[in-house]
Amino acid sequence: MTETQNPPNSYRSQPDDRGHFGDFGGRYVAETLMPLVLDLEKHYTAAKADPAFSAEFDDLLEHYVGRPSPLYYAERLTEDVRTNAPEGKGAQIWFKRDELNHTGAHKINNCIGQILLAKRMGKTRIIAETGAGQHGVATATVCARFGLPCVIYMGARDMERQQPNVFRMKLLGAEVVGVESGARTLKDAMNEALRDWVANVHDTFYIIGTAAGPHPYPELVRDFQSVIGREARTQMMDRTGRLPDLLVAAIGGGSNAIGLFHPFLDDADVAMLGIEAAGEGLKKKHAASLAGGEPGILHGNKTYLLQDEDGQIDEAHSISAGLDYPGIGPEHSWLSDIGRVEYDSCTDEDALAAFQQLCRTEGIIPALEPSHAISAVVKRAAEMDQDKVILANLCGRGDKDIFTVADALGVKM
Amino acid sequence: MTRLSQSFASDRAALVAFITAGDGDTAANLDALVEGGADIIELGMPFTDPMADGPAIQLANLRSLAAGTKTADIFAIAKDFRVRHPNVPLILMGYANPMVRRGAQWFADACTDAGVDGIICVDIPAEEDDVLGPGLRNAGIANVRLATPTTDANRLPAVLEGATGFLYYVSVAGVTGKQQAAQASIEDAVAALKSQTDLPIAVGFGIRTPEQAAAVAKTADGVVVGSAIVEIIAEHGAGAAPHVRDYVKSLSSAIYNARK
Ligand SMILES: Cc1ncc(COP(=O)(O)O)c(C=O)c1O
Repeated sequence: MTETQNPPNSYRSQPDDRGHFGDFGGRYVAETLMPLVLDLEKHYTAAKADPAFSAEFDDLLEHYVGRPSPLYYAERLTEDVRTNAPEGKGAQIWFKRDELNHTGAHKINNCIGQILLAKRMGKTRIIAETGAGQHGVATATVCARFGLPCVIYMGARDMERQQPNVFRMKLLGAEVVGVESGARTLKDAMNEALRDWVANVHDTFYIIGTAAGPHPYPELVRDFQSVIGREARTQMMDRTGRLPDLLVAAIGGGSNAIGLFHPFLDDADVAMLGIEAAGEGLKKKHAASLAGGEPGILHGNKTYLLQDEDGQIDEAHSISAGLDYPGIGPEHSWLSDIGRVEYDSCTDEDALAAFQQLCRTEGIIPALEPSHAISAVVKRAAEMDQDKVILANLCGRGDKDIFTVADALGVKM
Repeated sequence: MTRLSQSFASDRAALVAFITAGDGDTAANLDALVEGGADIIELGMPFTDPMADGPAIQLANLRSLAAGTKTADIFAIAKDFRVRHPNVPLILMGYANPMVRRGAQWFADACTDAGVDGIICVDIPAEEDDVLGPGLRNAGIANVRLATPTTDANRLPAVLEGATGFLYYVSVAGVTGKQQAAQASIEDAVAALKSQTDLPIAVGFGIRTPEQAAAVAKTADGVVVGSAIVEIIAEHGAGAAPHVRDYVKSLSSAIYNARK
């Protein structure tokens, strides 16, 4: 599937009007949903052109979410890397601190945008799927803020490993529905949310939590999350007078990564690295759809999927519930195929090590999702010259993960 | 005339019966559908993520996959059926990914080889027809489209463009299962569809009693029953065939008596 034409004039002009990113994306949904998806696209196009919409979005991001999030030079982590790196090596490590957002992750950026769209469309009920619970918490939060009823679908296994977030959602007034089908994780929660949506199209808005699903979701989630990259670009220029050499982000469905990458895609000197979850290793159970998958169709879009030779979807595995998904957003599939972004993966074990390293060197407890990116950052930094700059998305805080980490480290709490 | 158009040619509605391939004794159940008077068979291709299905068909999908059903098994089932029942149309119904996995041409060829008459793909709307539709139509395999209560008059022409065989009207906005639509809304919808197309209109979702089947048969060209049959297979397992036959008989008798 590798593209043979010349590179496009801009990497930032996708998708086309049918929602295709090269060969990927599209609108693979049941006919019942199709008119709704077309209607959403119409409303989103109008909202994008409406200054009042962006004004309200920006205002909420500033005063409710707490943006802009800081850009932080991780001096002690950089020193730590340099201690073990070859002479002259050890790039500077910077973090975009989206873990300081209200609700503790980047997910809220997207939820603010989508609930404003829901309001615009006159929808009165909100549904969402969640893996780690961060998107569920962010959705429950904006629903409380706007006074809309909210149902969150969550795999029963994820409910067990992310109990604090289940309780948070309930405190915020959401109904949390445990999903018992399949491996009882994110993919199954998404199936169930789609079933709800099909049955309640007249009044329900589905707030999808990552840059995947039928068009226009991958585009609009990307646009709402692009605040991360836009801020980071300005902050980096202000602080250092230059652009970073390498951007790094963890990939579940790919929303925090595309949010960071997209504003830099046409900066030819900025390299980008997306990190998938390699779970127990790429030869065992993992969640790396680009590394271990092939193109297919699921949940409304064509993209790389973990699947067998008959097109049955494989179960993903990651210690991080937020990365435990057998697919990836379609724009990443395209960026990978054309070679603009490099993708690599990180195991559970390496993510756990990076998690602890950041705790001790910087006094920041990261979520397990960005811990995957941090592991890659530490490895790449050690190979790059000291005057190089790496910027990674610290897209979530780790409070929700302390039980999982304790368990993995064999600590009884 | 094709097998499919022939089965819509009589002066009563056709009974379209759905079961999931590889769930229970599929060959015996298919024979039972025919013995019970089903005119058209819809054979479900199991998928790990049947997101447009309610609990009954979801579980049938998972039972089938747990029993090890492969795509090759489904085509073998269809091929054997074609030998036993040369004149009964068989449609494969399922989700996009298993259908496109080896390419559209491979799938169309496999359908031709197995004597499959048509395809219903739940998650390929008209907008994404390219991935499967042209290959099927070139091979003379019906590309059956779905229309739903949300398909408005503006959109209907797009749905009908490239639709062949018959049009499947999904009478409720929802997943397969127990909800049922009001008779009046079905009558209005079928009338609206008929004004726009010459394709036969089959109506499904939520039909489970002979009375419902008879009522729908008064307006529609086809009556689709699925979850209720799948539930019988779930209940009786490997010995479901006689129960399936008796139940389908009750539906077909009701439909025979309810002339259009
Ligand atoms: C903190 C955090 N990071 C990353 C992810 C993965 O999602 P995405 O790839 O869309 O950013 C999640 C998902 O729950 C998350 O909670």
